[in-house]
Amino acid sequence: MKRKYIPWAFLSIPLAFYTVWVIGPTIYTMYLSLTEWDGMTAPQFQGIDNYLQLFNDPIFYTSLVNNFKWLVIFMAIPVVIGLFLAILLSKEIKWARGYKAAIYSPMILAPVVIGLIWSWIYQPQGGLLNNTLTYIGLEELTRGWLSNPNTALYAVIGAAVWRHTGYVMLLFLSGLTAISPTVIEASRIDGASAWQRFRYIILPLLKPTTVIVIVITMIQSLRAFDFVSMMTRGGPFNSTNVLAHYMYTEAFKNYNMGYGASIAVVLFAIMFIFIVMYLRQIRKGELE
Amino acid sequence: MELSIHQKKRIRQGIIFAALLVFTIVWLLPIFGAVLTSIRTMDDIMNNGFWSLPKNVTFKNFFTAWSEGNLNTYLKNSFIITIPSLIGTLALSSLVGFALAKYKFKGNMFIYLMFVGGMLIPFQILLIPVFRLSNYLGIYNSYWGLIMIHTVFQMGFCSFFLRNYMITIPEELSEAARIDGASEFKIFYKIYMPLSLPAIAALATLEFTWIFNDYIWALVLLRDDRLKPVTAGLATLKGNFITSWSVLVAGAILATIPTIVVFVFLQKYFIRGLTMGSGK
Repeated sequence: MKRKYIPWAFLSIPLAFYTVWVIGPTIYTMYLSLTEWDGMTAPQFQGIDNYLQLFNDPIFYTSLVNNFKWLVIFMAIPVVIGLFLAILLSKEIKWARGYKAAIYSPMILAPVVIGLIWSWIYQPQGGLLNNTLTYIGLEELTRGWLSNPNTALYAVIGAAVWRHTGYVMLLFLSGLTAISPTVIEASRIDGASAWQRFRYIILPLLKPTTVIVIVITMIQSLRAFDFVSMMTRGGPFNSTNVLAHYMYTEAFKNYNMGYGASIAVVLFAIMFIFIVMYLRQIRKGELE
Repeated sequence: MELSIHQKKRIRQGIIFAALLVFTIVWLLPIFGAVLTSIRTMDDIMNNGFWSLPKNVTFKNFFTAWSEGNLNTYLKNSFIITIPSLIGTLALSSLVGFALAKYKFKGNMFIYLMFVGGMLIPFQILLIPVFRLSNYLGIYNSYWGLIMIHTVFQMGFCSFFLRNYMITIPEELSEAARIDGASEFKIFYKIYMPLSLPAIAALATLEFTWIFNDYIWALVLLRDDRLKPVTAGLATLKGNFITSWSVLVAGAILATIPTIVVFVFLQKYFIRGLTMGSGK
């Protein structure tokens, strides 16, 4: 066999599968977004009608705004706490290994499992949260966390934050171990304060890790389907709906496959920005 | 009293230690809460509040979830779906990883980035066509539909991972084999695969958890309740035992045991897999 065909001999079967099950479907969804289709009869091509309809769809707007809130909270809480924990745990602390394992343990639980357990925590009667609030004398704060449209979204995000923080911590920890201790030591000898060390030495050296953390956090927050589906199904009054969940309901509950496809394309387009950021970071690593 | 630098350092470390201890306890409260709930009766919790001493400890909730809640069937299904998917995706991705790591050719970087990008796309962009495809192939509402999509979709991450591992295997090894007349496939099979076993172990640990924990594909590709994996099964359970939270939480704990077992025994590999590509 000619030398230049050799890699393709290895790649042909995997690429064939990948084309049929991933690449083809991605392109086909883009086509379907330009059609009206009930899933039974043939899809009817209708141009950009679905996208025009999206512009006037209040549920679409609510979902988009909720995605945005989700993103902002995900960027704020898990990333900051994760970084803080990573810095603390990278020092010589007793039981550091145990703490690390405890903090990232929620990661191995399925989102569905976490959603179920947290639904119980938020239960108005007998739930852990309301019971604890009553127990410590804050009874006026108790409420039906998931049935109240003002708190439901934040309650769902809270469960997701609990799962994601440990992951962020792990990523930062692995980034921190790559920083040479002599650099830190040198700055200490030069009299830099703890804050200066963090701001001018550690943070810049952590930049590649930070890019990966931000991108993974963004993508995780946009993928949030399981939590919403398990905890609220998007309710009450769509107050917890997000694009990933709205797409599923339109396509598979209401059989508006074409319309569902257009929501999927919007979600894909938003995520594509972060995917490109990630790929650039990977490529930069390759060229070095 | 003047404190020495050494003493100050010890005090600071003591404070950090205590703060971390408190944080960790609060962090694990949902897990403690779940375990405590699963071994009590609903009446006990409702009448005496969550923060009361359990009147009696019972494992009845686990038995109810296991047999009446069909967790036995759901867990069996999860294994039937996860294990073939795991083998399939590791086999296909080893081929990709090897080709991308070993050979310089036009399109190498493009294919690499395509797999890396592919692992990050939202499932929503695939749901409708894959649903239709599995209908067309007659594997809708069977284990095969799920096995196929998991096998192929997870190739994105696995190829990325294995390529980056295999690229560190020195070229001299294959040169030597080639002089001895080994074919390229033999080099892959006899040299690269055995040397990549640690990476494959790390990957298998991660992928087991991910495939086992999948929910959305089970919703889209299965109709029959008897075929559902444990994630989708828990959603059914939630519908059938609406107010029996002790049974539901016991079910959630049962559903998690397999991934906990994998994690406890293979923790080292799990973390190595997760942090790959970020610490450079």
